[in-house]
Amino acid sequence: MTSPLCIGFIPLVDAAALIVAVDKGFAAAEGLDVTLVREVSWSNVRDKLNIGLFDAAHLLAPVAIASSLGLGHVKVPIAAPCNLGLNGNAITVSPALHTAILGELSGDRFDPLATAQALARVVAIRRKSGAEPLTFGMTFPFSTHNYQLRFWMAAGGVDPDEDVRLVVLPPPFMVDSLTNGHVDGFCVGAPWNSIAVDHGVGHILHFASDILERAAEKVLAVRQAWSGKNPELVTSLVRATFRATEFIEQPQNRNETARLLAQPDRVGVDADIIKRTLDGRLKISPDGTIRESSRYLLVGREGASRPDRAQAAWLYAQMVRWGQASISPEALKTAEAVFRPDLYDAALGLDGGSADLYPIGAFAGPAFDPNDIAGHLAAFTIGRWRSA
Amino acid sequence: MGAEQSPKIVIVDESPIRAAILEEGLREAGFTGVVHISEMQSLLARIYALDPDVILIDLENPSRDVLEQMFQVSRAVRRPIAMFVDQSDAASIQASVDAGVSAYIVDGLKKERIKPILDLCISRFNAFARLQDELDRAKSALEDRKVIDRAKGILMKLKGLTEDEAYVLLRSTAMREKKKIGEIAQSILTASELLK
Repeated sequence: MTSPLCIGFIPLVDAAALIVAVDKGFAAAEGLDVTLVREVSWSNVRDKLNIGLFDAAHLLAPVAIASSLGLGHVKVPIAAPCNLGLNGNAITVSPALHTAILGELSGDRFDPLATAQALARVVAIRRKSGAEPLTFGMTFPFSTHNYQLRFWMAAGGVDPDEDVRLVVLPPPFMVDSLTNGHVDGFCVGAPWNSIAVDHGVGHILHFASDILERAAEKVLAVRQAWSGKNPELVTSLVRATFRATEFIEQPQNRNETARLLAQPDRVGVDADIIKRTLDGRLKISPDGTIRESSRYLLVGREGASRPDRAQAAWLYAQMVRWGQASISPEALKTAEAVFRPDLYDAALGLDGGSADLYPIGAFAGPAFDPNDIAGHLAAFTIGRWRSA
Repeated sequence: MGAEQSPKIVIVDESPIRAAILEEGLREAGFTGVVHISEMQSLLARIYALDPDVILIDLENPSRDVLEQMFQVSRAVRRPIAMFVDQSDAASIQASVDAGVSAYIVDGLKKERIKPILDLCISRFNAFARLQDELDRAKSALEDRKVIDRAKGILMKLKGLTEDEAYVLLRSTAMREKKKIGEIAQSILTASELLK
């Protein structure tokens, strides 16, 4: 007997695990008859998951946490039994801002502290000359993109709420907005950074993995209540997704993965651009400069698909730092409980006790300690948080 | 906003026809302060400048995520925004998502004043969807007709058939292959293009 499931996704490369799970038959092999529904906004994905039009979704990890905490919207507890990707974002800037930052740079151009300090000097020069503040696009208020941009610039002394403007932009509008000068830069997932470079309108300044070595990006999200009522479906879904992540991580399968994702009803962009993302081999400047990183996007390797509660705590800490959430032990507990390594381990027959623990690896500040968020945040001078 | 004043409503929709249908409905119902935004550039700045009580946006619009920024702490926000009608009103949320529209309500507008706006919005959106559906079906029937006529012409020329015989051949092939006649006709057109 097969179980019909409706799963929403946003056309981004990090939906790969879900797309491959369905289009390569891993879901069918688990007895799931999945219909993937392509969506245009994270708000739609969230709402349709919340009210039950979707059984599961490709979701921004911070949205899963915000929804469980009732931040900015209806409170619906979400469970994330599997990660769909770690990292995968990049910061792209206009040619003009790129030149300005390199002109003020002292140090390595791939060192985020050096570029953030250069950005601070560019911001100061612009202020003195009476120029408009720089504007950066990101994808959603509760997004890793928002937090990665903020973390990066704040480390160099730029206050993201006072010194620049941060605006939400739907990913398909990013490249146009950079071209017509509505934004000077953005942080977004694949394929949009590469598209900006290919159009000659942007330079990839940083891979998000320069800022955080390991950041939970998208999760497989289900309603907690649904998960409680359908444990077998959760197990099947995790197994199918896990098989897909294993498939994607085999280098000999990358071409096929890129072809599947390139289909018009999936991600719908050129297979070559998708392949570059999966390989972590990106053209970063219109002149053809290539940069490679083994950390660009992790779908399954290095334990990427296993939810890590420290990651959930880190995301909650960012919500606190930037004034989106108040600090409380209960809220932290709720946030951590969204990530469900227990469901992941049970589905795959793993012994959770032996799972590897990885640090977040931020380029600035002390090592993250989920048990002392107030102490951790006190190490950062720029922020909007107050203790409750 | 005064108690007797009509609330200011902004419609964010890239479809001019749907927006017009909704706007007309709202005006008929006595809501006079309706503004339609179809240009998504600088959307948030325009909304802040208009300072509406209610914002209606279609769910096909990627810019919905832009509106979510209104919930954030920001100097630009003059009044807090509440989501939908009420956090507890699951039925309203369900009905509006089904219809393909979302409403953002500025805090302070009373629930009984919001409900008629939302109900009207949902029914107009549903009406538009039915209209669109009928139009699409009519369009695709017309397309099929054209394709079938051209395929018939090719068969008549290549195989020396009469028009009726060509149609019978198309129909019987479609039945045998469990496909629509239009699909078979399209494949004949494609094949004849390739063999040119």
